[in-house]
Amino acid sequence: MSGPLLDVRNVSKAYGSTVACAGISFRLWPGEVLGIVGESGSGKTTLLHCVSGRLRPDAGEVIYQTRHRGTVDVLHLGEAEQRMLMRTDWGFVHQNPREGLRMAVSAGANVGERLMAVGARHYGRIRDSALDWLDKVEIDTGRIDDLPVTFSGGMQQRLQIARNLVSGPRLVFLDEPTGGLDVSVQARLLDLLRGLVARLGLSAIVVTHDLAVARLLAHRLMVMRRGEVVETGLTDQVLDDPQHPYTQLLVSSVLHP
Amino acid sequence: MTATTRDPQYNFAYLDEQTKRMIRRAILKAVAIPGYQVPFASREMPMPYGWGTGGVQVTAAIIGPDDTLKVIDQGADDTTNAVSIRKFFARTAGVATTANTTEATIVQTRHRIPETPMVEGQILVYQVPIPEPLRWLEPREAETRRMHALSDYGSMHVKLYEDISHHGRIATTYDYPVLVNDRYVMASSPIPKFDNPKMDNAPFLQLFGAGREKRIYAIPPWTAVKCLDFEDHPFEVQHWDDACAICGATDSFLDEIVTDDAGGRMFVCSDTDYCSGRVAADQKESAA
Repeated sequence: MSGPLLDVRNVSKAYGSTVACAGISFRLWPGEVLGIVGESGSGKTTLLHCVSGRLRPDAGEVIYQTRHRGTVDVLHLGEAEQRMLMRTDWGFVHQNPREGLRMAVSAGANVGERLMAVGARHYGRIRDSALDWLDKVEIDTGRIDDLPVTFSGGMQQRLQIARNLVSGPRLVFLDEPTGGLDVSVQARLLDLLRGLVARLGLSAIVVTHDLAVARLLAHRLMVMRRGEVVETGLTDQVLDDPQHPYTQLLVSSVLHP
Repeated sequence: MTATTRDPQYNFAYLDEQTKRMIRRAILKAVAIPGYQVPFASREMPMPYGWGTGGVQVTAAIIGPDDTLKVIDQGADDTTNAVSIRKFFARTAGVATTANTTEATIVQTRHRIPETPMVEGQILVYQVPIPEPLRWLEPREAETRRMHALSDYGSMHVKLYEDISHHGRIATTYDYPVLVNDRYVMASSPIPKFDNPKMDNAPFLQLFGAGREKRIYAIPPWTAVKCLDFEDHPFEVQHWDDACAICGATDSFLDEIVTDDAGGRMFVCSDTDYCSGRVAADQKESAA
């Protein structure tokens, strides 16, 4: 396959007079992890939602290279096709696991739901892959029949990741994946995510305000401010040698204990 | 069969003609799209919600002076609910009522399909409390409608998955979800899953009315109705080790009745008409 996996062209979105994204373009290549950093309210999450088809932008195109049928404009797909894409080829990890999980059904059913949605009808095989994935995200397989409400925050987030990756997606959107977690849990989750992304050859877009998360996960960085991209480049390059005044401010404001 | 005269104080079958037309339009649409829940402007009926206000409105809309009505509640013709609804239509529509399944042209039911096979030309009207099969997993109405529109039914199997993981088998025994005409997933109303196979390719028309939830849906005659299941946990109906203590039937749905405080119990047919019919046939045989 040649060409980018995702080609975002001039995506704009405004809420009334507030511009959240102003004509943003970027490309994501297969196997690449792109980090989007910036302060709160800089339009990172809006951009992620526009690109992933969860929100309709005012203007722009999102071209995605599908597995079998060439490129499609995600924003002009029918709703059924968009849903299909969302649960086969894509994953979306929410900041708050409660948004991404079904809290009223067991962990195993949470992981198995995507498989059942695309037509898996063999209980034994669904359960086997649920067990396999719980193991991969380091959740004790003995807890497969427990409800996610009985899990800790970090476990819920890992369960959400398993639920998304079970269908073997090629592109995963991560919205502040370590947002509500304490530091030691964050470190383990990041380690896990980095391992999974590398092992499965996933492409990912990670939105975060935490530069350490970006440094660990992302190959390339996009720095956003007031709905515009102020700087892009390789992660180490952007963080070690920031060119734009805002990026310099952002990097210098990180605390080093 | 008992014939009665209509109370002229009421319009025929209680509802006014405009309302009946509105309900008939909903029924026609429901029949045209098997399994699809058609919203309708459900009326207040002179009985509480949960007593069959939906079924009564559907019956009122389709009944004519020449019809013969049978009403069952959990299979029985002689419970308060069944007797009241039969009397309601005898008084407001002056129609003949019966307990005999083969004599009836319209059967209104709560929780059972009669054991005696129904035939072409008969209509079965169900009273439905919760018409939305997806409701338990998705509380938002807008979202469940969208899921129906897109045939997004993966979550129905999540429910069955949960059953198997907790109980080792599909433990849903009533209101078992079905796929109608390979398109819409439908709540089978709280009939036991024992009755589900009778819905598949049935020769009679099946109408479902939910009064509180304001929905009507239907299965036209000769329509495929498939019970959702897993390949390694296929759909199956309940079985009993006992036969009916009254008529000896082994092929009917049995109710367990506690008979004393010492743990004594008996199993009898839930369909009273079927049971008494078998007893009468036996007596005739032994007399001859």
